[in-house]
Amino acid sequence: MSQSHLVESSTIDEICAVAIAEVFRGDGEILCNPIGVTPIIGGRLARATFEPDMVMTDAISVLAANIVPVGFDEAPRLIEAWMPYRDVFDIAWSGRRHVVMGASQIDCYGNQNLAAIGDWRKPKAQLLGLRGAPGNLVNHVTSYWLPQHSIRSFVPKVDVVSGPGYDRVEGLSKSVRENHEIRRVVSNLGVFDFQNEKKQMQVVSVHPGSSIEEIVDSTGFDLLVPDEISESRLPTVRELELIREVIDPKGLRKADFH
Amino acid sequence: MTEDEVIAELESGMTIGIGGWGSRRKPMALVRAIARSELSDLTIVSYGGPDVGLLCAVGKARKIVYGFVTLDSIPLEPHFRVARQNAAVDVSELDEGAFYLGLLAAAHRMPFYPTRAGLGSDMLTMNPNLKTVRSPYPGEDGLYEELVAIPAFDIDVSLLHMNRADTGGNGQFLGPDLYFDDLFAKASKRTFMSCEKIVPTENLLSEGTVHTLKVPRLFVDGVVELPRGAHFTECPPDYGRDEDFQKEYAATARDEKAWKDFRRRYIDVPSHDAYLKAVDTFRRNSL
Repeated sequence: MSQSHLVESSTIDEICAVAIAEVFRGDGEILCNPIGVTPIIGGRLARATFEPDMVMTDAISVLAANIVPVGFDEAPRLIEAWMPYRDVFDIAWSGRRHVVMGASQIDCYGNQNLAAIGDWRKPKAQLLGLRGAPGNLVNHVTSYWLPQHSIRSFVPKVDVVSGPGYDRVEGLSKSVRENHEIRRVVSNLGVFDFQNEKKQMQVVSVHPGSSIEEIVDSTGFDLLVPDEISESRLPTVRELELIREVIDPKGLRKADFH
Repeated sequence: MTEDEVIAELESGMTIGIGGWGSRRKPMALVRAIARSELSDLTIVSYGGPDVGLLCAVGKARKIVYGFVTLDSIPLEPHFRVARQNAAVDVSELDEGAFYLGLLAAAHRMPFYPTRAGLGSDMLTMNPNLKTVRSPYPGEDGLYEELVAIPAFDIDVSLLHMNRADTGGNGQFLGPDLYFDDLFAKASKRTFMSCEKIVPTENLLSEGTVHTLKVPRLFVDGVVELPRGAHFTECPPDYGRDEDFQKEYAATARDEKAWKDFRRRYIDVPSHDAYLKAVDTFRRNSL
């Protein structure tokens, strides 16, 4: 079996890791900055395969040139640069960065809420906050990872806009509009983007094991559904080897799928 | 100085900047000294961690200006969560990078620094006092770009914790990240620094290179030696985060009785030394 052979027996966590890796395809020499275990696995997988020029932080203030396995704090690192937090802002503002963040809520234009449920003045639930989302979205490419696709997370209107979507940047300056790109949204059910005239969320592919009906029923707004729907691709033999043996030998990725 | 002499320099109603980042190298001994003081109505400016959560929980904070409030291994600071959900404190929540510009503008004595961060998001809704400013220079399209003007923070006193310092106030970080401690020192009217160990000036280069001497005495008004003064936050290479103790602290946010007990044991104690003894007892009992 060749290294590029697709593996039917792949599990959903591995399919999602590959779908996240795919958001970085074509990015070249940028800071690949996925946040959360599954996004980190996807980012490291992309760099280990088709995007070798990307640089990556490893949570202790350095860029590591080697593949660091997730969950091994003491793993050896081939340090290629010092990257304290202040420099991460400089890189964000330079535009040479692609972040994959979570979203507690997201709407059809890609407005993302990480901040609060309810009125932000006295939230029903305080979430992580705006964090870096306001700056990220108007400076560089962003993608989102939502491991629990449901009408509670894919909503008609987000309670707070942390990361602005396409409708909110439409009237802003040329530089903001040019720098703003929500490349993809990856969920446990499928892959989505905004590559249409309306700049609204549309289905790119459905993960094996899910269906377009399940996706539509789990989405709280009208998704754009193209006539021909493809299936998210399966991991290759080589990708599975990397995920299972090199990047995530402890299987930490499984925690997102309970 | 002692920690209580530092606290004696503070007044109710002041704006206090706190260095570190999340649950990393926070001046926790000084924060606890505030918690057991008579001070009130403080505005806290911080890349927040347990410093913010603790000062909310003991009712010392009137307002929090922050980029985030996290315990790192616990993503949202649970005491801060309670304070927010009860609307117990006023807040100014900023994009993490915009927060950096508030410090930088203050350090440079500029009224503001411009940024695109906040355009299109609810950061402007949540901070109705934030204004935008038009670039005086045309862009490529000939238009004048509208930018968010992040006003300089107005910080009365900043509190930092460093790995080493000399008695003159030259501070040294030996871990992987200075965070924004140098800017906190430059951005505030006065700065007090705790450290793991005070060393003679001639020994400052024996543990780190010249690059680690980023907080010069020019911006520091007092130093206090407080070993384990960042506990339970991490202070590498001297020590890592005390995750067990942090969990204990976090668990008290949802349980009033547990919080009262925690406060009696670890906060309402006479000194940092008494705190460390109580922590050692906790560690022995949790073995």
